[in-house]
Amino acid sequence: MGEANTAAASVQSSAGSDDLIEIIGMHKWYGDFHVLKDINLNVKKGERIVICGPSGSGKSTMIRCINRLEEHQKGQIIVDGIELTNDLKQIDAIRREVGMVFQHFNLFPHLTVLENCTLGPIWVRQTPKAEAEATAMEYLSKVKIPEQAHKYPGQLSGGQQQRVAIARSLCMNPRIMLFDEPTSALDPEMIKEVLDTMIELAETGMTMLCVTHEMGFAKTVADRVIFMDGGEIIESNDPHEFFENPQHDRTKLFLSQILGH
Amino acid sequence: MSEVAQHYAPGTHPDMPPPAGQRGILLWLRKNLFSSWINSIATLIAIYLLYKIIPPLANWAVLDAVLNAGNREECKAIADGACWAFIKDRFSILVYGFYPEPLRWRVDMSFILLCVALVPVLFDNIPFRKPGLIFSCVYPFLAGWLLLGGFGLEPVGTDEFGGMMLNTVVGVTGIAFSLPMGILLALGRQSHLPIVKSISVCFIEFIRGVPLITLLFVASTMLNYFLPPGTTFDLLLRVLIMVTLFSSAYIAEVVRGGLQAIPKGQYEAADSMGLKYWQSMRLIVLPQALKISIPGIVNTFIGLFKDTTLVLIIGLLDVLGIGRSSMADAQWNGLSNEVYVSIALFFFVACFSMSRYSIYLEGKLDKGYKR
Repeated sequence: MGEANTAAASVQSSAGSDDLIEIIGMHKWYGDFHVLKDINLNVKKGERIVICGPSGSGKSTMIRCINRLEEHQKGQIIVDGIELTNDLKQIDAIRREVGMVFQHFNLFPHLTVLENCTLGPIWVRQTPKAEAEATAMEYLSKVKIPEQAHKYPGQLSGGQQQRVAIARSLCMNPRIMLFDEPTSALDPEMIKEVLDTMIELAETGMTMLCVTHEMGFAKTVADRVIFMDGGEIIESNDPHEFFENPQHDRTKLFLSQILGH
Repeated sequence: MSEVAQHYAPGTHPDMPPPAGQRGILLWLRKNLFSSWINSIATLIAIYLLYKIIPPLANWAVLDAVLNAGNREECKAIADGACWAFIKDRFSILVYGFYPEPLRWRVDMSFILLCVALVPVLFDNIPFRKPGLIFSCVYPFLAGWLLLGGFGLEPVGTDEFGGMMLNTVVGVTGIAFSLPMGILLALGRQSHLPIVKSISVCFIEFIRGVPLITLLFVASTMLNYFLPPGTTFDLLLRVLIMVTLFSSAYIAEVVRGGLQAIPKGQYEAADSMGLKYWQSMRLIVLPQALKISIPGIVNTFIGLFKDTTLVLIIGLLDVLGIGRSSMADAQWNGLSNEVYVSIALFFFVACFSMSRYSIYLEGKLDKGYKR
């Protein structure tokens, strides 16, 4: 990590240095399609941010840029003091500190739940196996499914799989957790168990960026709600102001649609 | 069928076992063989064909067959069926080729050790697997030493290899080395590095564009033009290289199909954890891709094993070559059926074993993550 820090020091932005994530003037194109336009976002340590918006607005793309699952063409993204460029070492260093939970879980089907959780610590952080397993069992207990440790993902329900995915990311002890529509692929009964897990996680002080349609979650947990449309950040506010006094027309339209039913 | 007479209040119905199935062979016949007019007619036609084929075949192969005779006339004098005495007479040459007779124990030894070396590779719940795997890694050198000689054993030239032993050597070597090479080529073809990708693509497309026979001819004749004059290396070695390269191109495409079947989310989950390229390939992607590719891979290997008989074309006498030259022997003139049936049996045993292993492997890997 030492060499990553010296590289980062030379590209440290002038913004506040307790910002865990800084996105400055970021643009992204898919071919000719301008999918993200002038994104500016600062995330402080311990902040919980919910990102909402209509589909196709670029929300998922934006958070996937943070751990370099997508590449941005213009602007800067600085995570934990390390700038995201094509340098593989820096990308790997950032990915170690950023955990991600996907809409479709993406558990490794050929490994047991326990092996899914210990894979990262053993192979990326060089943790000894016994210690990794102990950590994994601890997090599996926190997400309330320790008894499933030796089952395969295919034997679990959707809600259980997503909780394993959350535990798997937490086993890496990340500083930031990204959630890409974590409950969108779940049955309604299972959404609550996953949201409860995420709320508990938020209460431990984890920095979270969550793309979701679950407005109840946003109201409970978020420090800030961001509305995106057409690749731009339209509005960003604390939950109370966001839901009570939306400023822009597009925000008002979106809220009327999503809170209407 | 008795009906369940008892009714339960909503929410209290207990789990019950299903009704007993109806047994009886008549029912099975009715359901499977005579279930409709078309099926019934097809069954009758099949029975007729079996009646026409099986008794004469049994007569020829077993009941009227001759096991002990000196030559063709004697065979015919004893009975009218297959003259297995011919195969018995030629058996050792069919199996060992021209390997010197006093040294044939080395071929036997290397075959037995092959079976020993294969067990830890093919099966994973056997005791002493780790030392077994180490032995499997050492086996190629051991087998080379046993078959070729040197270092204390009398040397045997590769031109003396022949028969089933030659097929097995070429087949096993081709299979064992083409699998890792094929996997690397498949990964190379998917790579983002342009040089690696173009080399992989050119190699695969060139090899797949020409028949194996062409490559064998290249190995036996043209290669000399490309090497400095005076250097030759062993024909069998050249053949082994060509067969391995050939098979690896096909394996590469089969594995590439498997790689494409892995959902993108798997790559993303591996990447987002910070796993490096080779780590994610080895731990996440390849285990899943290879599992999907098993039918295609075993299919290619079965084809490869049968293709080993093509070495006939460049003058190496495999089992088919020796069989055919045996048929020309004056004493046994014209006994082609027995020879071909025996050779077919050899290939069938080998290929069917591979096929059954494939089914076993697929079943074993499926238990892990049946949805």
